Amino acid sequence: MSQYRPEGISDVFTEPADGPEGPKPVVQGIGPTGWLRWAWRQLTSMRVALLLLMLLAVAAVPGTVWPQRAQHPERVVTYLTAHPTLGPLLDRIGAFNVYSSVWFSAIYLLLFVSLVGCILPRTKVHLAGVRGRPPRAPRRFGRFPAQGDGLSDETPEELAQTATSVLRRGWRLLPFVPTYRVEARDEGDGTWSVAGERGYLRETGNLVFHLALVGLLISVATGQVLHYRGQMIVVQGRGFANSQGSYDTFERGTAFAPTSLVPFTLKLDDFESRFDPDTLASRDFTAHVTLTEPGGEPEAKTIKVNHPLDAGGAKVYLQGNGYAPDLTIRDASGKVVAGGVTPFLPQDQVYTSKGVVKVANVEDRDKQIGLIGFLLPTKKTVQTPRGPAYVSQFPEPNDPVLVLNVWEGNLGLDAGVPQNVYELDEARMTQLEDAEGDPVVLVVKPGETVELPDGLGTLTFNGLKRFVALDLRHDPALVYILVFALMAFAGLATSLFAPRRRVWMRFVPGRDDHAGRTVVTAAGLARGDDVGLQPELDRVLAATLAPSPGPTREDREGTP
Amino acid sequence: MNTGDLSTLLIWGAATAFTVALIAYAVDLARIAEGSQRVKQPALVSAGAGGQVSAAAGSADQRAPSRSVKAEGIARSTHYVGIALLFGGIVLRGFAAGRWPTANMYEFTLVAVFWATLILAIVQRRRIIAFLSVVVIGLAVVALVVALNWFYIKADAVQPALQSYWLVLHVGVAIAATGIFTVAFGTSVLQVLKSYREEVTVEDGNAARRALGGRRFSWLEQVPSGRDLEAMSFRLNAVAFVLWTFTLIGGAVWAEHAWGRYWGWDPKEVGTFVAWVVYAAYLHARTTRGWSGRRASYFVFVGYAVVLMNFTVVNLVVTGKHSYSGL
Repeated sequence: MSQYRPEGISDVFTEPADGPEGPKPVVQGIGPTGWLRWAWRQLTSMRVALLLLMLLAVAAVPGTVWPQRAQHPERVVTYLTAHPTLGPLLDRIGAFNVYSSVWFSAIYLLLFVSLVGCILPRTKVHLAGVRGRPPRAPRRFGRFPAQGDGLSDETPEELAQTATSVLRRGWRLLPFVPTYRVEARDEGDGTWSVAGERGYLRETGNLVFHLALVGLLISVATGQVLHYRGQMIVVQGRGFANSQGSYDTFERGTAFAPTSLVPFTLKLDDFESRFDPDTLASRDFTAHVTLTEPGGEPEAKTIKVNHPLDAGGAKVYLQGNGYAPDLTIRDASGKVVAGGVTPFLPQDQVYTSKGVVKVANVEDRDKQIGLIGFLLPTKKTVQTPRGPAYVSQFPEPNDPVLVLNVWEGNLGLDAGVPQNVYELDEARMTQLEDAEGDPVVLVVKPGETVELPDGLGTLTFNGLKRFVALDLRHDPALVYILVFALMAFAGLATSLFAPRRRVWMRFVPGRDDHAGRTVVTAAGLARGDDVGLQPELDRVLAATLAPSPGPTREDREGTP
Repeated sequence: MNTGDLSTLLIWGAATAFTVALIAYAVDLARIAEGSQRVKQPALVSAGAGGQVSAAAGSADQRAPSRSVKAEGIARSTHYVGIALLFGGIVLRGFAAGRWPTANMYEFTLVAVFWATLILAIVQRRRIIAFLSVVVIGLAVVALVVALNWFYIKADAVQPALQSYWLVLHVGVAIAATGIFTVAFGTSVLQVLKSYREEVTVEDGNAARRALGGRRFSWLEQVPSGRDLEAMSFRLNAVAFVLWTFTLIGGAVWAEHAWGRYWGWDPKEVGTFVAWVVYAAYLHARTTRGWSGRRASYFVFVGYAVVLMNFTVVNLVVTGKHSYSGL
């Protein structure tokens, strides 16, 4: 195992110092284990990792080309209807569920296996390296990217000590943390060498980055399993309790614990919106709510778009808003048969809101009434060839009006199929018409009461209220996801910007011309491109050669 | 004239200054090409004897006469004036809108061009690399003109989903990364051309490679060596990649705040993720035997293409939660 070197780190940095690799193992008819080992080695090789990375990049693209079920199920249905032959084919290969498809999952899981297979041995190598000593000074310095030399009057041993202390000198900001790990060595014949290494942090950062990615994947998966999410529409003045049944839609992970639903209650007191008068663009949405945590006092809170409310370990997001007219429908005898605050869903920028009121008549199923139409927050009258019509011109309720058509017949409520409360099933209904044969249009303002046609009764528009669409989410893994993401970020930055350098110096007693002095040579090596290597070598060399040149020279000049 | 109009005027001024700088850089490049063609003549003869075209030949002492001092002076000063005008335009835009000016495609383009031209000025503070300037300033002029003509929208406040300090951090960092990726892309293009020229022999069978070794590309003698350009491109890409990683993480945090989920495979998220993966592959390729050097830089081309697509196609053609172009 000591011979193991993942492809990625066998760059120039490790070559000269570590010496030649051991003899390559002779392959003798590799059996099934041999093949397994071969496959594993392939998978953990950098080449395959590269391939998988590029595959992942390519595989992610179809998710933007075709609609995805997870995000826009309705668009998938539209696509399938529009492409009856191609659609099902694409569906079969997972084009509408790209990010949960077998092939996409296979790519990223293989990538992570490859990553772990590469990182674990590297971690082992690195841990040994961190505990070990800096590699000895190589015999020849000629082939290193940074070099330097000089002469000194001090003895090799003194110089080795000086160099050691120069290299051990701490950081400018952290003077007690040595930059280099240093070892001085007596090479015999009066020759001394010093080896220094710094930047273990670089590889540490690299490993932390990759391991954090694994942690990130595990946290995301854990969150998927434990999360829950509920959505509902809450009308002004009403509230809801955090329980599975009170949501319009509820979605949960496979290991979701019902106890993670903290039974708080939330009531919508008021809703404010602000729009730009010229562009009609939204400027502010604020929901004023009353939150009652279990065992706590009711508290007034606000929910805004970028400011979700923390409640019971979950977050409540403001996802939408609209108007809900308060209506009362009476039959011919004056008895209230339907009504209440009915949310109308906004369809456009000026909040032209569509809604339905259903009057279920249990005695005569063919005499049921359906009212369908629009709420216009600020009415504007336009002239059409068929007479005046109304449109909305501003999203705020400055001059609201309800414009409704009336249908009579069977609402289809007894069909056993769950019905959308915002749609009218017109299959077994007929639209009521006036004497001229035109469809009846009811136009009602707040406070007004109008007669329904054919003596069906009356409709009263009591007033206009607001509703909000809330989205509640609980994901216990969020904090872990953030921690791992930040670890990955810190590791990445360290691995890219912390320099890893080796510096060697050799001090040889001079001969011939330099007899009595010491010849100093130095070399430096860095992993990757390192513009700071040569300057650093020069700095170390200069500091070693000239710690206190003054007195030495004076002494010599003083003795003729 | 209000502040918004003044901003637009300054941006037009910046586009004009950059156009002048582009012409001056191009003149400098042409002069270098011309000069090194004259100098290069004997070297090509010796290369004809079967050797390689020497890369070291055209450096140091022949550099001085073959550069146009006047063109370089004009280029440098108009380049700086352009940066100053652009900066002024961006600041005024922020005042006109009453918020941080990175909320739509127009503003995104302005700030990205600002970063790219600023990084370019820093990269060549000592020595002008005319080809790199032509590529980057050329892209900058095109981007500014496209922004002014097609991406422009009136300076205004933003919708509630964008009212967050993450507009400064997430979008600001994404823009800076895009700007730096642009300069790195230019450097990689230059590196590929240069490294081909360093290797090519006169007998090379491939006509395109032979042309690269020929007189038309003799200006390549004046640019730093392929190895140096590779190192420069890597350093820029490394910085931009770290910023891009921050963009992803910050975006996830913001999405969790604003939309209620940290990741939802929105088209923009997919594009950012794909670019991130491609640049990650680039960083790995650099340390893989057989993929380092020129082959690794192909990842830079793919990555930069993804960054550009992610900005243009995803904003204009695909509809997603990041459709903030205002168009």
